[in-house]
Amino acid sequence: MNVQELKKQYDGKTVVDGVSFAIPKGKVTSLIGPNGAGKSTVMGMISRLIAHDSGVVDFEGRDIGKWKSRELSRRLAILTQSNSIQMKLTVRELVAFGRFPYSGNRVTLEDQKIIDRAISYMELEGFQDRFIDELSGGQRQRAMIAMVIAQDTEYVLLDEPTNNLDIYHATNMMKIVRRLCDELGKTVILVLHEINYAAFYSDYICAFKDGKIARFGTVEGVMTKENLSQIYQVDFEILTIAGKPLSIYY
Amino acid sequence: MVLLLVASVISLFIGVIELPLQELLSGNLHLWEIFLVSRLPRLLAILCTGVGMSVAGLIMQQLCSNKFVSPTTGATISSAQLGILLALLFMPSSTLWTRALFAFAAAILGTWIFVWFIQRIQFKDAVMVPLVGIMCGNVIGGITSYLAYKYEMTQALSSWLVGHFSLVLKGRYEIVGLTVPLVALAFVFANHFNIVGLGKDFSRNLGVPYNLVLFSGLTISAMITASIVVVVGSISYIGLIVPNVVAMYKGDRIRGTLADTALFGAIFVLVCDMIGRVVIFPYELPIELIVGILGSLIFIALLFCRLKYGRRAIRLGGTGTGCCSAMPGLKGGAEQ
Repeated sequence: MNVQELKKQYDGKTVVDGVSFAIPKGKVTSLIGPNGAGKSTVMGMISRLIAHDSGVVDFEGRDIGKWKSRELSRRLAILTQSNSIQMKLTVRELVAFGRFPYSGNRVTLEDQKIIDRAISYMELEGFQDRFIDELSGGQRQRAMIAMVIAQDTEYVLLDEPTNNLDIYHATNMMKIVRRLCDELGKTVILVLHEINYAAFYSDYICAFKDGKIARFGTVEGVMTKENLSQIYQVDFEILTIAGKPLSIYY
Repeated sequence: MVLLLVASVISLFIGVIELPLQELLSGNLHLWEIFLVSRLPRLLAILCTGVGMSVAGLIMQQLCSNKFVSPTTGATISSAQLGILLALLFMPSSTLWTRALFAFAAAILGTWIFVWFIQRIQFKDAVMVPLVGIMCGNVIGGITSYLAYKYEMTQALSSWLVGHFSLVLKGRYEIVGLTVPLVALAFVFANHFNIVGLGKDFSRNLGVPYNLVLFSGLTISAMITASIVVVVGSISYIGLIVPNVVAMYKGDRIRGTLADTALFGAIFVLVCDMIGRVVIFPYELPIELIVGILGSLIFIALLFCRLKYGRRAIRLGGTGTGCCSAMPGLKGGAEQ
């Protein structure tokens, strides 16, 4: 996925200002940055949820706007923070919607198998007949991921997947993200607030500031004291734990 | 459930003013005529109304992801009535079909505007949406009454304001049959409606065109409502209560609940109709009255159980189904 000179304005205010980057395939890339830096907007634009004003989002050799919606939904999946489900659907019914881009209304036997696999991959077998709105936040998030797995796309985009989760569930979520990439070979793009999660679990980090890319590179390249202090305007120290650069801010 | 339906059908054949006993039916042409001209149409109209109104309500609730939206609380019925009045005003000699056309157009437009409005203004509280809908409905109803008074049409209009089946006769009710193909259409697109109900981003992700499905769904449900209003008049609450009660037991997957909703709606209207005809026997009360009384009681009960017990009010053993968790927006202790 290639992005060039992406721009977006809301009410005359420029939110994303000339962003260009290329997402490495088969890797985990995290978009980080302070509030209002434009990372979620960029996420929306590269997943066709938000229209861009100018620039190019090139997905697999074709402009993202030129893809047929259904075709694209077999290649790219996006989960946003607003996916809070108020409806009484069972976990299995939700996961089954992941097959919609393929089979539409007829869920085939093959689909059933894929759904089964997605559910067991997320260890949701015991919950599959429970209603989504009765689950805890962590279980619900896992059910959503199971749906994305059933959707079977090469690209998985997650907008703040650790939002509203406690440390246990958030860390598990990040481990799942890692597995999506390592075991299932997906290209994962995340928006994250927790820099240390980004540092520990991703391969590349794209740091935003004021609608522009401040730094983009490997975790080691971006996670330096100077870079982070400049982006977040607070003091940072970098520690190396388990071979990964983790930060402390104060 | 099916047995209950069959039983209701049989009881319907018997319990009316003139008594065409089954034995007499064997050869009596006069009774046959009553049966074909009045009884059968009435039964069909009742079934279509019950099925149609509850399915229309189900679709609207799903699409707006709000359990309090329905043709009554979403300005659809009042718009349809306004449409009929306009038809009566501008084309006094209009046939039932022209009036139906006006009612369709008005109902669709009214529903679209209402939904567009509630989408523009994102309400924090789910209860606000039906309140706004009732307000909208009353404003439109007010315009209707004003026009009716001004042009001395109140008498003519009253037949569409209060729903009743007593005027359902052969040749006057066939439009209501439109609900059948429309409900079938709703069944075909059930999954689409479900996905759209889960939100704009969610449906985009699955490659479902959000606005197209939203507004075609609303159109279907407005057309169902309008075709019923034209023949029977306004019948409130069915579209609100039936889907909610069914969702308590069956969840929100439309494919799974549509048939139950339709069935339950038909039975509900059938029972209300029988009550209406039995209470003051030789005469009959309009169905709107019975449904209104029963319906508002159930609605209040729903609200109370929602407020008092929060999300997981009624537990129905086994799978652990939470009652009013079907209603979104209100904050409850959802998580453990």
